[in-house]
Amino acid sequence: MSTTSKLEQRLLEDVVIFENKEAQKTGAQSIAPDHSPRQALKGKPLPARSALTETQTAASLQQHVEQFLFHQSELLDEKQWAAYIELFTTDGVYWMPVTPDQTEWLDSPSIFAEDRQMMEIRMGRVTHPNAWSQAPQWGTSHLVGNVVIESVSDTEVSVRSRFQMMELRRDTTRHFAGTYRHTLRRVGDDFKIVLQRVDLLNGQAPFDYVLQIWV
Amino acid sequence: MLPLERLVESDRVHRTVYTDQAIFDREMANIWEKTWVYCGHESQLKKTGDYATVQIGRQPMIMVRGTDSRIRVLYNRCPHRGVQLCGSRQGNTGSTFVCSYHAWTFHLDGRVKGIPLSHGYDGTRMGPDNPDCSMKAAARVDSYRGFVFASLSAEGPSLLEFLGDAKIAFDDMCDRSPAGEVEIVPVCHRVMQHSNWKFFMENQLDALHPSVTHQSTGIAAGRVERKLQAEGRKPPLYYHYLSTFASSFDQWDSVQTVNFPRGHGILKGYMGLRPDDPDTKEYVAAMYSAYGEQRAEEFLGRSIHHVLVYPYLSVQSPLQQLRVLRPIAPNETLSEIWHFRLKGVSQAIYRRALWYFNLVNSPATMINADDLENWTKGQWGLESDGGEWVSFHRNHGGDTRENGITYSNNGTSEAVMRSQFEAWREYMSETAP
Repeated sequence: MSTTSKLEQRLLEDVVIFENKEAQKTGAQSIAPDHSPRQALKGKPLPARSALTETQTAASLQQHVEQFLFHQSELLDEKQWAAYIELFTTDGVYWMPVTPDQTEWLDSPSIFAEDRQMMEIRMGRVTHPNAWSQAPQWGTSHLVGNVVIESVSDTEVSVRSRFQMMELRRDTTRHFAGTYRHTLRRVGDDFKIVLQRVDLLNGQAPFDYVLQIWV
Repeated sequence: MLPLERLVESDRVHRTVYTDQAIFDREMANIWEKTWVYCGHESQLKKTGDYATVQIGRQPMIMVRGTDSRIRVLYNRCPHRGVQLCGSRQGNTGSTFVCSYHAWTFHLDGRVKGIPLSHGYDGTRMGPDNPDCSMKAAARVDSYRGFVFASLSAEGPSLLEFLGDAKIAFDDMCDRSPAGEVEIVPVCHRVMQHSNWKFFMENQLDALHPSVTHQSTGIAAGRVERKLQAEGRKPPLYYHYLSTFASSFDQWDSVQTVNFPRGHGILKGYMGLRPDDPDTKEYVAAMYSAYGEQRAEEFLGRSIHHVLVYPYLSVQSPLQQLRVLRPIAPNETLSEIWHFRLKGVSQAIYRRALWYFNLVNSPATMINADDLENWTKGQWGLESDGGEWVSFHRNHGGDTRENGITYSNNGTSEAVMRSQFEAWREYMSETAP
């Protein structure tokens, strides 16, 4: 009688799993490929590099745009709503679509879709003493980075950037992040916002509400 | 848990119905996992294999369109070792569900299709002929005008019996299309309520709260509306959606609620969606030619603000919006918010519904944010020992009851809550199977 246990026998068996590539499909391979809910990634172009060359002029435009974006963030964190709205042209739009695929805002749902009048309503609402959900008030801190100038013309500059924002209300910290796309119009030495598109990475996560003011 | 007759009296309820885990568990078993629950709209599943996951009470389900194009509702669970078969909220699974653990496969009606190395089951109790090898299906699935419901209980009223007069929610939505149909807009906003589900259901027909809760938004919108008018500009219709929230108490008191059996109900109030512009004229003409003037006027003139299908659905039919509750815990409720497009209408008419959706129902809403604050604070209050009762005394004894329907004689009557709790008590008194 063998002293080798059944377990040891099993461990000693010479099992070749990949003996013949053609002979036996693995479990995963035996599955018809049509089950996958995933679509192949579309051939998205790589993010564009800065349209500027390494010249003094280019560097100063980059700095100028960055300073504008930093200023805009500071206005939000400082709750300077009127000054924030003033950054927009009279026909300027603040837009947060539901998904990054959206290309227009009139005929598809948005999280924010606001012209200056609607922004004025929002400002009036958050500053009203009986805006119950705004008391206690919250605080935010924005960081803007990865600023890439996508195109430049005599009248306009298109800018892509990333943001991180932390919000604190009562004892709850929330964290939002995403991409800004600004279309800036040159006005004298400064800019005005024609369109600020915000693709919020976690805008569709289930919060009690996303935000009561612009990100 | 207190006895039911002590929890619910005709004019007040005990606070624990909002806070107690045992009561919540019984609600899930006695109400959600028995009655008809809204799953979705047929137009969500266009092709064979299209699916959407949906929570019915505590049960994770899959609503799927089969190869025979029928819609079925199945438990999202592999019968082998229990792993969920669909991990996304929606998608297309082709002709087969495949378990990611051991590659068991299933037809779209839930029947087992293949088991790897199935001879391993020879001589065992499990095998392709055993129904335990297939995905379990909801006991009943039915639909009304494209809206799909499932019941996890084989017993009980039919879908139409369950809906009763509240089926007007779906009629009113579809009748406003010259084609008599709506199509879902495939964007779902999910909002987390840190409160018991009842807060939402009570709030939807609570006509006293808008001018208090939403006054900041109503006033701010009214101010900009008047400013534009003073400048000789015409403010968009949707500004008015916001400014009406700040209407006077008297005005809100003049709207009426109609409270049906099973807790369903209507907040009346004509929404004034017929401004005198070419788009509306074109739309009304299309309605006339589809239904004839008399019926079209009847459809367009319906005085409905909201319809509630108790205990989980709030339908704003004149603007094709729908909110459905998926309770998670006594103090946690997920709401899913959808809107629909009337078939056969112009883009301009669709935009009215869309812009209401953006303003009132988006996650950046200036309206619901203040509701959510009330409900959160309400939940905190009811979890305290600061009082035992929740009061529904307003106009108690002053409502009119005819043929089982309760008509409030004041819009702000708490008849709504009294009616909901009457239904709740009935549901909860039946013993769970």
